[in-house]
Amino acid sequence: MEEIVSQYQTVKPAEVNSWVKVGLIHDFPENAGACIKYKSRQIAVYHFTRTQKWYACQNLCPHKMEMVLSRGLIGDTEGIPKLACPMHKKTFSLEDGSNLNGEKYSIATYPVKIEEGNVYIGFVE
Amino acid sequence: MERIILVGNGMVGYKFCEKLIAHPNRNQFDFLVFGEEVRPAYDRVHLSEYFSLESPDDLLLAPLNWYQENNITLRTSELISWIDTENKKVFTHKDESFDYDYLVLSTGSSPFIPPIKGVEKEGIFIYRTIEDLEAIQNYADKLKLKGRFQSAVLGGGLLGLEAANASKELGMTTHVIEFAPKLMPRQLDQTASDLLQSKIESLGMKIHLGKNSKEIIGESEIEAIAFTDGSSLPIDMIIISAGIRPRDEVAKRSGIAVGPKGGILVNNKMETSVPGIYAIGEVALYNQNIYGLVAPGYEMAGVALDQIMGGTKLMSPSIDMSTQLKLVGTEVASFGDPFPENEDTVVIRYENKQRGVYKRINIRKDGTRLLGGILVGDTSDYNTLFQLYLNEMKLPENAEDLILGQRGTESKSLLGSVLDLPAAAQICSCESVSKGAICDAIQNGTCQDLKGVIRQTKASTCCGGCKPMVADLVKETFKSLGKEVKETICEHFNYTRQELFDLVKIHQTAGYDEALNQFGKGHGCEVCKPVMASIFASIFMETANKQIAIQDSNDRFLANIQRNGTYSIVPRVPGGEITPEKLVVLGQVAKKYDLYTKITGGQRIDLFGAQLNELPMIWKELIDAGFESGHAYGKSLRTVKSCVGSTWCRFGMHDSVSFAIRIEERYKGLRSPHKLKGGVSGCIRECAEARGKDFGVIAVEGGWNLYVCGNGGANPKHAILLASQLDDDTCIKFLDRFLIYYIRTAGPLIRTSTWLEKLEGGIEYLKKVVVDDCLGMAEEFEREMDGLVEKYACEWKEAIENPETLKRFKPFVNTEESDDQLVFVPLREQKMPRPW
Ligand code: SRM
Ligand SMILES: Cc1cc2nc3c(=O)[nH]c(=O)nc-3n(C[C@H](O)[C@H](O)[C@H](O)COP(=O)(O)OP(=O)(O)OC[C@H]3O[C@@H](n4cnc5c(N)ncnc54)[C@H](O)[C@@H]3O)c2cc1C
Ligand code: SF4
Ligand code: FES
Repeated sequence: MEEIVSQYQTVKPAEVNSWVKVGLIHDFPENAGACIKYKSRQIAVYHFTRTQKWYACQNLCPHKMEMVLSRGLIGDTEGIPKLACPMHKKTFSLEDGSNLNGEKYSIATYPVKIEEGNVYIGFVE
Repeated sequence: MERIILVGNGMVGYKFCEKLIAHPNRNQFDFLVFGEEVRPAYDRVHLSEYFSLESPDDLLLAPLNWYQENNITLRTSELISWIDTENKKVFTHKDESFDYDYLVLSTGSSPFIPPIKGVEKEGIFIYRTIEDLEAIQNYADKLKLKGRFQSAVLGGGLLGLEAANASKELGMTTHVIEFAPKLMPRQLDQTASDLLQSKIESLGMKIHLGKNSKEIIGESEIEAIAFTDGSSLPIDMIIISAGIRPRDEVAKRSGIAVGPKGGILVNNKMETSVPGIYAIGEVALYNQNIYGLVAPGYEMAGVALDQIMGGTKLMSPSIDMSTQLKLVGTEVASFGDPFPENEDTVVIRYENKQRGVYKRINIRKDGTRLLGGILVGDTSDYNTLFQLYLNEMKLPENAEDLILGQRGTESKSLLGSVLDLPAAAQICSCESVSKGAICDAIQNGTCQDLKGVIRQTKASTCCGGCKPMVADLVKETFKSLGKEVKETICEHFNYTRQELFDLVKIHQTAGYDEALNQFGKGHGCEVCKPVMASIFASIFMETANKQIAIQDSNDRFLANIQRNGTYSIVPRVPGGEITPEKLVVLGQVAKKYDLYTKITGGQRIDLFGAQLNELPMIWKELIDAGFESGHAYGKSLRTVKSCVGSTWCRFGMHDSVSFAIRIEERYKGLRSPHKLKGGVSGCIRECAEARGKDFGVIAVEGGWNLYVCGNGGANPKHAILLASQLDDDTCIKFLDRFLIYYIRTAGPLIRTSTWLEKLEGGIEYLKKVVVDDCLGMAEEFEREMDGLVEKYACEWKEAIENPETLKRFKPFVNTEESDDQLVFVPLREQKMPRPW
């Protein structure tokens, strides 16, 4: 289990050395999440159409270690974009992956960029 | 240290304990309490709820450790049999003795058993203690199994009718036998009694007035009652409720003065004939009367305590005996002097036989004061009238407005606002809580809401009759402070669910984003999105396929997510009836996709372990075989459980399966604030457990009884009778109204049972809305339901037919691979996810 978790480390935009094309804008649902697979990693990608912003994070929920976060509801709390896990509704900030319920565990987030209708996720190789 | 001994741990004795521990001088006394019953004091007023409570302990006024914590030595199951007044000692039935300095007798009363020949036979009960009710229930259960259903209550007074109702609820055919020519002879006049009688008879009970019982016939078990007029009635059990007799036997035996017809004589200090000995509650004979209500008893407890502590409190010279009938499925109240026989009063009456309403007020000849009255069928004015009477308030110019309303104008309370009541006005007479006490609790910041006020002041915790007025007062007081108490959804919508419902409906808001723009802020969240989805679904009957992004995760994928992120599949099996062909299909599909298979608690079959991308394929096969979505994932109608009913069962009265199917087919797909479940049973054996559901229908003679707001799960509640002996169509009509009213007004994720708890006026009010149509909305509700039913579509069928919406079932956007991280382990002959 540890190996699975250790695959997911937050990537800051400045650190990205590999932008991976994961699909077209229209392959992703509006105001909801979808999942992409990159090597052995599952990454959840969210498109907030109201703010025209994109976010990405690990698909693995650190609460019970299940690959489910892309299927959760998204929204904001006091302006912070967040996501709620579909299993037990733990919520996480999509800006920095922090746990908004005050528990210890948090999630890794990844930069997203849009170019010519394509969606890219930033990784450190 | 001086010692106070209290004999009797009933309701009034308990009140004495409560007042004692709150007294500043409490520590100067050692306090010893004897109770003959096995349990510490419990709430006799709500005794009838015993049948619906999980444990009789729920009736306790305080748990055992409360006594310990407050330094009260409580000895239960100990009877005091003699008092040595000379040497100030009490003796228990085991002949142990205890010294006292002050003795308080609160030994209550016992039911009066009339000296009828044969009353000692098996099958005769009284209605006073938890053990009595236990015995009644057991006996009724035994009788029912033998196919014997006739039960009689001797006595048509307040308590008798309550007992009769309980007997009916136990499934017995119930007769009420009253000696007087009218029901509740002390509270009602003949017109009121006639009306009440026809109401009660319409509920399926039988009333026999002016009947003098001569003999109870039977070998060892009873078989019939014979009357002095020569007639007789076959009966299998009897509950006696013919008045009470004060339990003054110990006092009498010990030389304490009692009245000629019983009851320990007390003065207005609650002192008996022996110094240092006090009597309170139903055993005390004050002003030549025994008072069979808690309110005067509680006042006596306060007076006795104050006297012992050296105070000067005295008992009020006149005692109010106003009462409301609980529990008989009709409303009856009587207050003040209900039918004065003198020249100085004028009577105003209103009678509406069609609606079953009778109101009578007695006013002083000069029209300035209300002296008493009777309300049958509609007691909504009771609290107002009672306040006018109790506080001797000046009456409006046209006193008839009090019962007829101000015709021609917008109806408004005749009191004006509750805030206009004098501060000393007693709002809760049981716990003697004044208006001032309630307002203070809010104004000085101690209490933030109704619940807090109730906890703090104890108002409405006893008989509950004043609850609407307390709620009103709390609301108005908060309003006067500029505060509105409101349960808003979340930071994005500053509204309650009901308000949002109305807003969407009025603005015909088309979607979630529009709603956020129109009356919300921010970008929404996991709380308000599903709430809005439910509202859109309830108003426009749109399925979860329309606004996918705001659906709760399960609705978004039209399946329930399981522990490892796979899904389950629950096709609808209306009423639990399924053909062998369809069963075979379920088996084949489960085998093909390697799904774990189990029968649910809702009479259908669940297939577990499908991956996201498999869901559409599986559903296509099921839909081709004639299945539909079972909405097991939605806050919507789940199942209508049925029992096999009259088609096969030897006890069945009506065809419960057909009716359950009709109901399930009608409401399938209906989204609601929380999930909805129903049940239909073919007879009172209730194999469908319908009363554990949000709505339950049970076959009885002459139709269906409709029960609502039951619950299984974490807080089980039995559903409560809404209407009885309905035909199929009326039952559906009432269900339509009930469901729409719930859907419109309930908070998010509030099941019907909690909704009812919060509904002001409770089941009585709900009956008014659903049965009497007091809001005038019944037709609209029915039309609304018809509209929703018409628009029903199976959302799985919709989903698989639309390639665009099918995209959501793709596990990964950027590859066709499936999830390789799923791990299953074997379980018996099937499989399960690896454990967490
Ligand atoms: C077939 C079934 C109804 C149905 O179609 O759903 C059923 C049918 C009968 N039930 Fe039941 N009960 C059935 C589930 C239930 C349930 C629900 C449950 O268990 O999930 C209950 C409520 C739970 C409970 O047990 O209390 C239930 C509570 C009763 C009772 C009341 C028991 C009680 O003490 O409260 C009786 C009367 C009795 O005690 O004999 C009863 C009695 C009966 C009898 C045996 C009546 C009789 O004495 O002959 C019925 C047989 C009918 C017949 O002649 O074919 N059945 N019965 C159910 C069979 C389930 C099964 O697994 O075989
Ligand atoms: C079904 C029912 C419904 C009611 N509904 C209402 C209502 O809606 N409103 C209302 O105001 N009133 C109602 N009442 C009446 C109310 O319950 C009584 O007025 C109240 O309980 C009286 O309190 P008490 O303490 O005087 O007597 P009790 O509550 O009867 O308590 C007396 C206790 O003393 C014990 N005892 C007796 N003798 C001895 C002894 N020698 N030694 C030790 N212990 C002894 C008894 O076992 C008993 O536990 C109802 C009563 C019943 C039965
Ligand atoms: S509830 Fe239904 S199955 Fe059970 S005994 Fe009655 S009719 Fe038969
Ligand atoms: S698994 Fe995500 S919250 Fe529990």
